[in-house]
This record gives sequence, structure tokens and C-alpha cells, in this order.
Amino acid sequence: MIKTIEELRNLAADYKKALGHEKMKILVCAGTGCMSSGSLKIYEALKKIVTEKGLYVDIDLIKEGKKGGVNVSPSGCHGFCEMGPLVRIEPQGYLYVKVQEEDAQEIVENTVEKGEVVERLLFKNPETGQTYETSKSIPFYGKQNRLVLEHCGTINPESIKEYIALGGYQTLADVFEMSPEKVCQTILKAELRGRGGGGFPAGIKWDSVRKEKADQKYVVCNGDEGDPGAFMDRSIMEGDPHRVIEGMIIAGYASGATKGYIYVRAEYPLAVKRLKTAIEQAREFGLLGKNILGTGFDFDIKINKGAGAFVCGEGSALTASIEGNRGMPRTRPPRTVQKGLFQKPTVLNNVETFANVPLIISKGVDWYLKIGTKGNPGTKAFALTGNIVNTGLIEVPMGTTLREVIYDIGGGIPGGKKLKAVQIGGPSGGCLTPEHLDLPMDFDSLKSVGAMIGSGGLVVMDEDTCMVEVARFFMDFTQKESCGKCVPCREGTKRMLEILEKIVAGEGTMEDIETLEILAETVKDGSLCGLGKTASNPVLTTLKYFRDEYIAHVKEKVCPAGVCKAFKSYCIDPELCKGCGKCSRVCPNSAITGKIKNPFKIDKEKCINCGACANACPFNAVKEG
Amino acid sequence: MAVMVKDYKRSFKKVNEIIESYGRNPVELVSILQEIQEEYRYLPEEILNYIATAMGISPSKVFGVATFYENFSLEPKGKYIIKVCDGTACHVKNSMDLLNALQKKLKLKDGQKTTKDMMFTLETASCLGACGLAPVMVINEEVYGKVTPEKAEKIIDEIMKREGNSDDKNN
Repeated sequence: MIKTIEELRNLAADYKKALGHEKMKILVCAGTGCMSSGSLKIYEALKKIVTEKGLYVDIDLIKEGKKGGVNVSPSGCHGFCEMGPLVRIEPQGYLYVKVQEEDAQEIVENTVEKGEVVERLLFKNPETGQTYETSKSIPFYGKQNRLVLEHCGTINPESIKEYIALGGYQTLADVFEMSPEKVCQTILKAELRGRGGGGFPAGIKWDSVRKEKADQKYVVCNGDEGDPGAFMDRSIMEGDPHRVIEGMIIAGYASGATKGYIYVRAEYPLAVKRLKTAIEQAREFGLLGKNILGTGFDFDIKINKGAGAFVCGEGSALTASIEGNRGMPRTRPPRTVQKGLFQKPTVLNNVETFANVPLIISKGVDWYLKIGTKGNPGTKAFALTGNIVNTGLIEVPMGTTLREVIYDIGGGIPGGKKLKAVQIGGPSGGCLTPEHLDLPMDFDSLKSVGAMIGSGGLVVMDEDTCMVEVARFFMDFTQKESCGKCVPCREGTKRMLEILEKIVAGEGTMEDIETLEILAETVKDGSLCGLGKTASNPVLTTLKYFRDEYIAHVKEKVCPAGVCKAFKSYCIDPELCKGCGKCSRVCPNSAITGKIKNPFKIDKEKCINCGACANACPFNAVKEG
Repeated sequence: MAVMVKDYKRSFKKVNEIIESYGRNPVELVSILQEIQEEYRYLPEEILNYIATAMGISPSKVFGVATFYENFSLEPKGKYIIKVCDGTACHVKNSMDLLNALQKKLKLKDGQKTTKDMMFTLETASCLGACGLAPVMVINEEVYGKVTPEKAEKIIDEIMKREGNSDDKNN
């Protein structure tokens, strides 16, 4: 238990010194992605070998007097999920990709003992054949500016000591020497805008809550990252949980709140586990609880698990859910800063916003304002997915162009295909087209073209994507997630989905397109909360940029991208068919029959044109037409 | 570890323990239901009524919350809950083919989610947040990345083997 600010600073200096005695550190990615490819086994194997050789150290061992050794540690997501499991060697900065358990011995023998790099485990550009020794030299990392994610992949997320050694909780110590008003002013001046999508200035929220008079105030962290195709917050919660907690305690001190809640999606069990561990450690160290560091300030945090409702990402629905109710939004005003959780003044920010806070205060407002664009300072984390060479988690300064993200960091579109669109901000966002490649990505620029950053999901789509189907996909999602409270959203999304389904099925009319557009505008104007207000964005932006595709579906009865099943039929070329029967086994409707080693046949009556057979056929014998 | 439903029939001891651990506080209703579902694998109707009485809130409130959230099920679920991700990233990487293959493998007919032997429940999830590994499926808490229909069938076969269950019995 640390009792004073002084004691915390001394401890940090101790830990820092201890960390300096680590000769080498092996970080094995233990993010959800790499873990599912077996990274924990690699971690255990590495640790076992290093320990057997008597080389293993960690902060505690060093404090006991052991010097110069190798630390093996699990870490948060390194971001380069496409190439997992990842192993990083510090201080050299070597990055090993697609590592297997069997490679552990070689890594220890060559890299740890001889200081040599294991060539075959390095990242190799599949197109140029160039290999990269360190992560920094790989364009995927080189073009990024990882500030909020600085610890993700470089520290053990389950060790508060490592976080403290790297300067963690020092900002909190500094904050305690400032007045709450000054802390709010700092966040205001830094123009920190909410990373959850809306981009509302966090400083205004904090200062409003500070000015409210109430017997109890709350800080709520929104970790209900429900956008399909987004996993930034997950990676922060899994990879650097203490940073989120530190940000929340600072918000509590600045606004006068003494209780904090983190609302995490139930789909993120690892994030819940790491946050729980972090909260327990912070309590043990006296950084959460009563009279923190002897300042007289009390603050504690509770975790609430979501139960699978996308709408709970909306502020008032989220607080309703914490209160044990159906997660439905309410009309505003009163705003959350006046009457939020339990009708008390509440600071509600998203995970990434809180993670920005310690950085701003420790490095200063001027430093922060230099990153990003005017009015949109700082960085933004994006989840880069879809038809892109380098899938993963990235962080770039606000205002970075789409071109830099897709081609420099993302490595472009696989298979030499053309870029067709990028869906930004998930089902509430909109699509961008190649003409937007040089548009700076920040809150204001994106809004001007009808899209929004949303939480930061970037789904890249190549020329083989049908935009009408994409609009249908998002509408299907939003319609299911509509809470049903207000009519425009409840009924409007349902009707829009029906029209989109009709068009995709080849039964749409020109009138349908008009109705769709009117409905989309109405739902946008008339809905109660953010979910409904933005539900039309995918429809409106696809209509704006890809209207000809809608018309092709309706008038010419073709799907230009060749995706929509209604316009397809399949047959088996008896010349090419070898009679392996693979198609028949994958057919979901048992429409394919035949004798092994003889050509198979598709029953057109039964065929639902799903194309599973075409994908399964090893001889390309299933033809469209 | 979950205990079979039959052990709990008409015994509310465990339910009581859970409600008590949350101090009978109605604010904790979502967490209480989550914990009960973890025990029983679903929310039996009689237990929902019991919770309402025990906590002094209306049954309509309890049912309202239980039916609002997607993760709550009023139907019994299988021992293995398979969630196929149909988030954007997985969708563009053909997650629906994966779902179709699993439906066929588990012999699930239209709209049927759970196999008759209560071994498997097949669901979709809107996003599991592991987009880098698309398409993704999760069985209970284990995440499987870059799953092809063939790979999925193999995983199911392994579970069936472990459970001493052959494909035929699963009808």
C-alpha cells in the first residue's frame, strides 16, 4: 500500500532502475488474436527454456538482487494480427511473425544466447521478398504514431509494476498537486475530443460535471465497443488496462466523482479479466480506494459486463443498463453531465478517450496540440480489416489520409484488385470511395462527406463487393439492434431493410429506391438516439456514391459485382468434374448428387445459389451462368 | 463449470446464493441474470418468477430485462455454444458459408439452434472483435481464427469424439 505521492515517485524510480537491469525482454503477444493461434504455449515454452538456463528475471527478482537476465512476458496486442502469433525482442526490436511452439528453442539459443536474429521468423514482404529485422522498419509500423497504444505489445498488461516503472500513475501523482479546475482546463485546452465517435470535447463534459452540485458523481467508461469491424478499445483494455484506470481516476478527481464504472462487452472476456486484475492491483497499491496517496480523495471502480445490446454503446442506454434496466436511450436534455447514472452528474467517455488523458497531462498541452490537425488534435486508433493485405490495429495522427492508411500501412488490396469503397465507423458510419483517398481523416472532414469516424472501424472493400448488399448487411444489423423505443428507428429500419432485401433479390423497382431515400432521411431526422440518427448513413452514402449499382439491380437485373445470389445460377462442367464429391458435402441444401468418380449434377430446383460448391471445388468445375 | 439443469429442478438454493451475493439489489439485475445463466446455461421461466418475488420487483421487469439483451436465452442451450462471427470483416470473408457448413454438420433444420442431444447450440454474433482473424468462431470461450468450413467440421468432430458421441447419434 502506497501512502503518499512521494512514496509513489520513489517506488517508480526503483522499478525503473530495476527494469534497466533487464538485459533482454521477450514479449509474446497475448491479445485475443494471437492467443487463438496458440501464443500462450509459445510463452510457456520460452519461459521454461529461459528459466531452465537460469536466465529468467522480472522486476521482483531484480529487486531481490538478481541482475542482468532475460524477462519473458505476455503482452497486449501488437496490432499486426495478420501475422500472429507475434514475438518481439527488446531492446533490439526484432519482430518474429507466425511463431510456433517449436521455434522457442531456436529463439532462445540464437537470439538470447548468441544475440543473433532468427532469419526465417522475420516478416517478409510477400510481394518484394524483402525481410525486415525490426518492427519499426516494417512499413505497417513505420508509418504509425503509436502514442495511446505505446504500451500495447511492449509491457505485461498484468503487471502494475511494469506500468509504474514506465512512468505509469506518475501523471496521477502530478494531477493531485493540481486543482480539479486546472485539470479540467488542461483537457479543455488540449481539445481532447471523445474517441467514441461523436467527437464531443471531453474537457467540456468534465468541467460541467465539476460545476454540478451533487452528493454523488460518477465516471463511466464506455467499453461497449459493438461496431462490427472494430476492436481498438478491446486492444487497449487487454493491452494496457492501467492506462484506462489512471485516466478514469484523473477524471474522477477533476470532476469530483468518487465512483467509476467500466461497461465492457460480454464478448470481450479477456478484457474483463485483465481489467479485473488491474483494478485489484491498483487497490493493493493504494491507487484505488479510500484516501488515495494520502490526498483525502476516494475513488473506486466497478466493472459491469454488457449482455449483448449494441444500443448500450449509446450513453443514456448504457447508464440504464448499469442501473439494471433494459438498455434503452432516453430523450435529452437533461444531459448525462447533469443527470446521468442514477440521476447524478456523470462523466461518460470511451476507453480510448480515457487512455489519452495521462499522455496529455504528462507531456503537456502544447505537445498534444502539435499532433493531428487544427481542431482535431492527437491520434486515432483504427481497426483495419476487410480486403486489405495487413489486417490489424493501427494508430495514426488525426488527419492522416485514407491513402496513407490503406496503401502505406495497410499494404494495399490483396490480389492486385481495385479499391472500391471503405466503410468507416461501422453501421453508423458511411462509405468512402477512391475519390476520398486524399481526404484527411478527422472528425470534421469526414462529417463534411456524410461519414463519421465512429469508433474507428475501417473495413476495406475491393471491386468484388456489392454495395447494395453492404447496405443491406448494415441495415440488417441496425434493424436487429434497434431497441424499439422510438417509431422512426423501429419501423424505419425494418422497412428500409425490406426494400434492400427486395432489391438484392432482384425484385426492386425504381420507386423502391425513391422510397428508400425518403425513409432514410426521415429516420435520420426523427430518431431519438445516435443509433437511429446514424442508421441511414450506409444507405445514404451508398446511394450517393453507388446509385448506378442500385439502378443496375433494379433495371438491368444484374449485380455488377457478381455477388447477389438472385442473379446467379450454377452448373457443373462435366469435362472438368473429377467426381470427388466435395461440392455435394458442402451444399447446404443437398442439391448436388452424383456417384464418386463420375461428374456430379446440381438440381436447379433445390439450388439456392449460395456458391458454396464453387468455393469448395478444387478443379474449378462449378461454373456461374 | 456448469451443472446439469436437472440437478436444480425446484431447488432455488443456488439462485438464492447468487441473489444474496448481490445484496438483493435490483440495480444488479443484469449481473444476477448473467450469473444465473452461467449456472443453468439459460434462464428457466420459473427462476425468473422466483427472482422477481425474492427481489421484490415485478416479474414484468425481470422478463423485460431478460428478453431485451441478446445474450440471455429463455431456451435451454447446448453444452457447447458455437458463435459464428458475422461482423463486417468476417462477413466479407464468407462467414455465411461457415455457418451453412456447421448447420449441415450439426443437422440443424431451419431455425433450429440446438441439437436434440443438447450438445451444441449454433448462433451468430455481430462482432467478436477478432477481425484480424476473420472468419472467426468461438466455442464456449475458445476463439478459432481463419476458420474454413472444413476446419470447422474437424473441430466439431474432435468435440464429438471427446464427448463419445458419433455423428449419427446427434440427430
